[in-house]
Amino acid sequence: MEVTQVLFNAQSIDGTVRKNAEESLKQFQEQNLPGFLLSLSGELANEEKPIETRKLAGLILKNSLDAKEQHRKFELVQRWLSLDATAKSQIKACLLQTLSSPVFDAHSTTSQVIAKVAGIELPQKQWPELIGSLLSNVHQIPAYAKQATLETLGYLCEEVSPDVIDQDQVNKILTAVVQGMSASEGNIDVRLAATRALYNALGFAQANFSNDMERDYIMRVVCEATLSPEVRIRQAAFECLVSISSTYYEKLTPYIQDIFNITAKAVREDEEPVALQAIEFWSSICDEEIDILEEYGGDFTGDSDIPCFYFIKQALPALVPMLLETLLKQEEDQDQDEGAWNIAMAGGTCLGLVARTVGDDIVPLVVPFIEENISKPDWRQREAATYAFGSILEGPSPEKLIPLVNVALTFMLSALTKDPNSHVKDTTAWTLGRIFELLHGSVVDSPIISQANCQQIITVLLQSMKDTPNVAEKACGALYFLAQGYEEMGPSSPLTPFFQEIVQSLLTVTHREDAGESRLRTAAYETLNEVVRCSTDETAPLVLQLVPVIMMELHNTLEGQKLSSDEREKQSELQGLLCGCLQVIIQKLGASEPTKYVFMQYADQIMGLFLRVFACRSATVHEEAMLAIGALAYATGEDFAKYMPEFYRYLEMGLQNFEEYQVCAVTVGVVGDISRALEEKIVPYCDGIMTQLLKNLSSNQLHRSVKPPIFSCFGDIALAVGEYFEKYLMWAMSALQSAAELSTHIAGDDELVEYTNSLRNGILEAYSGIFQGFKNSPKTQLLIPYAPHILQFLDGIYMEKDMDDVVMKTAIGVLGDLADTLGSHAGSMIQQSVSSKDFLNECLSSEDLMIKESAEWAKLAISRAISV
Amino acid sequence: MAPHDIRRPFKRAAISDQQKRRELSLLRQAQNRRDAQQQARCLASSILSLQSAAPESQPEQSDIELETVPEAEQESEAFSKDLDVRQASKLRGPEVRKWFARQLMLPEWMIDVPDRLAQDWYVFARPAGKRCFVVSSNGTTVSRQRNGSILHHFPSALPAGAKIRDGSGSAQSYCILDCIFHELDQTYYVIDMVCWNGYSLYDCTAEFRFYWLNSKLEESGACNAPSHYHKFRFSAVPVYNCDQSGLHAAYTGVVPYAKDGLLFYNKHALYQTGNTPLALVWKDENCSQYVIDTDGKGEIPSQQQVVLELQDDRKLVTSDDPPVLFGCLDGDIIEKSGLHTENLLRFAIGDGGLSFVDGKLEKADLIYLGKSNRARAFADSYSKVLFQFMVRHSPLKIDDLLASINSANDQEKTPSDIEMVG
Repeated sequence: MEVTQVLFNAQSIDGTVRKNAEESLKQFQEQNLPGFLLSLSGELANEEKPIETRKLAGLILKNSLDAKEQHRKFELVQRWLSLDATAKSQIKACLLQTLSSPVFDAHSTTSQVIAKVAGIELPQKQWPELIGSLLSNVHQIPAYAKQATLETLGYLCEEVSPDVIDQDQVNKILTAVVQGMSASEGNIDVRLAATRALYNALGFAQANFSNDMERDYIMRVVCEATLSPEVRIRQAAFECLVSISSTYYEKLTPYIQDIFNITAKAVREDEEPVALQAIEFWSSICDEEIDILEEYGGDFTGDSDIPCFYFIKQALPALVPMLLETLLKQEEDQDQDEGAWNIAMAGGTCLGLVARTVGDDIVPLVVPFIEENISKPDWRQREAATYAFGSILEGPSPEKLIPLVNVALTFMLSALTKDPNSHVKDTTAWTLGRIFELLHGSVVDSPIISQANCQQIITVLLQSMKDTPNVAEKACGALYFLAQGYEEMGPSSPLTPFFQEIVQSLLTVTHREDAGESRLRTAAYETLNEVVRCSTDETAPLVLQLVPVIMMELHNTLEGQKLSSDEREKQSELQGLLCGCLQVIIQKLGASEPTKYVFMQYADQIMGLFLRVFACRSATVHEEAMLAIGALAYATGEDFAKYMPEFYRYLEMGLQNFEEYQVCAVTVGVVGDISRALEEKIVPYCDGIMTQLLKNLSSNQLHRSVKPPIFSCFGDIALAVGEYFEKYLMWAMSALQSAAELSTHIAGDDELVEYTNSLRNGILEAYSGIFQGFKNSPKTQLLIPYAPHILQFLDGIYMEKDMDDVVMKTAIGVLGDLADTLGSHAGSMIQQSVSSKDFLNECLSSEDLMIKESAEWAKLAISRAISV
Repeated sequence: MAPHDIRRPFKRAAISDQQKRRELSLLRQAQNRRDAQQQARCLASSILSLQSAAPESQPEQSDIELETVPEAEQESEAFSKDLDVRQASKLRGPEVRKWFARQLMLPEWMIDVPDRLAQDWYVFARPAGKRCFVVSSNGTTVSRQRNGSILHHFPSALPAGAKIRDGSGSAQSYCILDCIFHELDQTYYVIDMVCWNGYSLYDCTAEFRFYWLNSKLEESGACNAPSHYHKFRFSAVPVYNCDQSGLHAAYTGVVPYAKDGLLFYNKHALYQTGNTPLALVWKDENCSQYVIDTDGKGEIPSQQQVVLELQDDRKLVTSDDPPVLFGCLDGDIIEKSGLHTENLLRFAIGDGGLSFVDGKLEKADLIYLGKSNRARAFADSYSKVLFQFMVRHSPLKIDDLLASINSANDQEKTPSDIEMVG
């Protein structure tokens, strides 16, 4: 096949030509994969071929080795590994040869393809000569070959994990890369490629960073590179410093003074991309120290943990003025630009992180700046002062901040309405939001909001909701936190007198023509949700009045016909907001009997609307509508049965949605809601639901986080249908048993331990539900054969000593359920288990009330089981 | 290798409301799941406690929606009748239906006018609605209907009826009220007080119980308008001495609720569970919409229907203690319909009606209809069957009651009030 022409045609502007070419490429690939890949690598290597076709050949090669979707990627890896060995070595030879091509596009694409092949083969211990031959390339004369090789090393380090390359080769890679970075390297492109390669190789350098000499060398070269005359090298070098700050925090002490000097100079003088990285270095140090200090506050074990070196605290007197200076470098209109990121924004963000790191110490360093600038005629100074104030509200103690806030509040309220500059108003509204979020509510002893200023605050915020979209959005946010602070303040809320007006204003905002900008509509609905959530019985009638209003809004979204895909997306988003709002309202009204009673008159209509929202889409289920239906099922109780015939297919669709696993997880939760609501009336739907749930458990495509809730859901169903669960018992128990075995022995990071505990909890909740469901039925003896394994599982997780409190409570409850349901049949089995003694005693003396109560229940049930 | 993006969230609240909605949903679901399990477990512990005299400890019994901090207190005192009620208020299933029905004092139907009505009896207009037990304990209040099903689960101003952090209600305190829930104004009308603030009134006379009810209920704030910690209003009903004016007032007086007949309580009677002739119910068209029993569809069947229990000797009896015999069921029917002892069966009373000899039932013309609704816990009582029979044929009228009061000294009984037509 004349591949050049086809590749050429595949880039034609003529659609038909392009389509034919793509079709023949596809056929070629399907009929003869090795031949196809060989032709492509040959094309890529051939210096006589046009750049365009070589480039495309490289791209197709790359895409035949890797994909974004996990399962597709796995397929491609398997396909490559099973390819004929001769073909593979020919392809790889072509690739290594192309790396020395003087044509930039050819060698640049090739370095990525080589890295992809390496990503597949190196973990399989294949292509052992790759790194050796790359390193020998580094000493080649043409600079472009050197550059291509360094780039390849960089990509390679990005593709493979450090443990597949032995230290000897790591040393050689790092030596080559750092030499390529050093000032003695005359070629700028080579130096840049080396600096970027180092960024990826840093993760391989654990051993080298533990060696003082090697670390000093690497750090010196990186710091020198930050002073390179070439801006791209300076930027890449600072990126390396940022990466080092998080990967090797504990090694930084000897260099931190120098780094401060370098970064300070860059922040003040260098071009923006470099200055941003320099600020990011300090933000990253803050991240590290905040994490470490949080661990200190928690149960600090002392041995393996990294200590805090208090770099920020030491740098504070110089760092804060440097950051305050950046605040004055705002861009016009940065608030209207979603993607904006500039030095003022980075500096302010860093200032906020510094405040969280050092707490009170930052206040005296920032207050003079605020005082000096807050009333200046130049808007930049007023905005910077306000932003500085807003940034330091998290971290310092309320005692330190509240006196400042008390002075500033009136000023802020006035600025929000009167300042002529929109940028200042935006930041002022944001700062008010931060004040309400962090310093208002039951957490604070001396309230900053009194009856006197509450009215003024609300008036100002509602007025600002008529301002430009970005300011209005911040005003909504401030109101959100204002309402949140009044949650659980008792039967009467200070917002009650304004409730109607607030709701009306928020609804008005959602109807603004420009509500699509700056996330304004979303913010307005979210604030409405919070206002409803935090409302009290006094305003329950007003919340009830809101039901038909939101229903009408939702109804209106269903009227539009023949939408473009863009409109459809907007419609779906709006439906999400409205379903979310209804969910919050249902949950609120459903929680109290009198309001639930009145609310139920709308249930049929609301359910009808949710079903229509589902019907808007062909294959997917609207997550928000699903969540809302869960709340509705809970409020409706067994009457929900009347909606099941129509709703069931969407329930099934939700359970089948592996791609959007959040939707699947939400649907699983709704199955639980429905089980509890319907009890035995769920029986007609159980076959379908259980089949789908078991399918989900055995699927590799479903996100693992959905599996624990599926097990819990088994328990919900079993508890609802009782002995009818017999039908599914064997399948459910076998799935539970294999999951239980997997979850007993674990070794891994915190994330895995956390996941395992959630899996255990799901399994245990399933056992609880099944035992309680079968209790007092003539079929309890069906459970006896499973008891030994379950007791073993309980003993197993007890002895692993890594369960959390939730698992502990559920586990000891299962012991009680087992004893309660099986009674004397399980008496001797229980007595032989470790759980019935040591574990039970440990739980009985637990300080956690929930654990203690479950344990007492278990003790009672066991004493009965063994006494009979 | 392009430069790496280092943008951080700017002026954005850290929370996502959608995430919050998801999390709150999960929280609610976890709470509901816990409640459901708790309920299942508590059933077991109550059955257990009914069997054993003094268990060493009781498991937690907090299964309310609002609660966040469960009470640690355990009940360790020996089991009294009252504590059973508190346990049982968390029961579910058929056990609870029977159990609860046994705990309520069930008035007999007035088929003749008792002696000394004016001296020994109270009268009041019965509110239309659901008869239920309201139990407050451990910071929550549960109302259970006669069949044991939960009507509401809510915080109330009754002692121990809500979780209020001032600690006023000790964990030991609790209340049990005999109520009728009136749907229209969402009010619990308290018709009797069984326990108040840990103090049992089972063994007190109605006279004392009504006195206590009237003073304590008001004091507790339970009669106040609903609020966050008090979801439903409670109200006492006006109780009169059953003299001429009292009966007149109860019969014609304006009350804030729809009436469903009159209740007569003997002043000296203790709170006796089950059917009792010391409390009576009477109704006519003027004071009740539901004089003649309706069927499942709410329609009045052409023939009176009764529910009787089948005994092992094929006898059909009422729920009275001792039971009243109504007849025997044909062995064929028993076999054909697969009936068992203790089945509750539904019959129509045929044209033959009921025949009496010396005021005692002698013969009933029963037509077998089928098994009764599963929700039924008990057969009809004798007085109920008779009252319904009378309503259809020769009702006891208000004038008869008034006349009986007027001739208060007249010791003569009035069995002739029942005019047999059978």
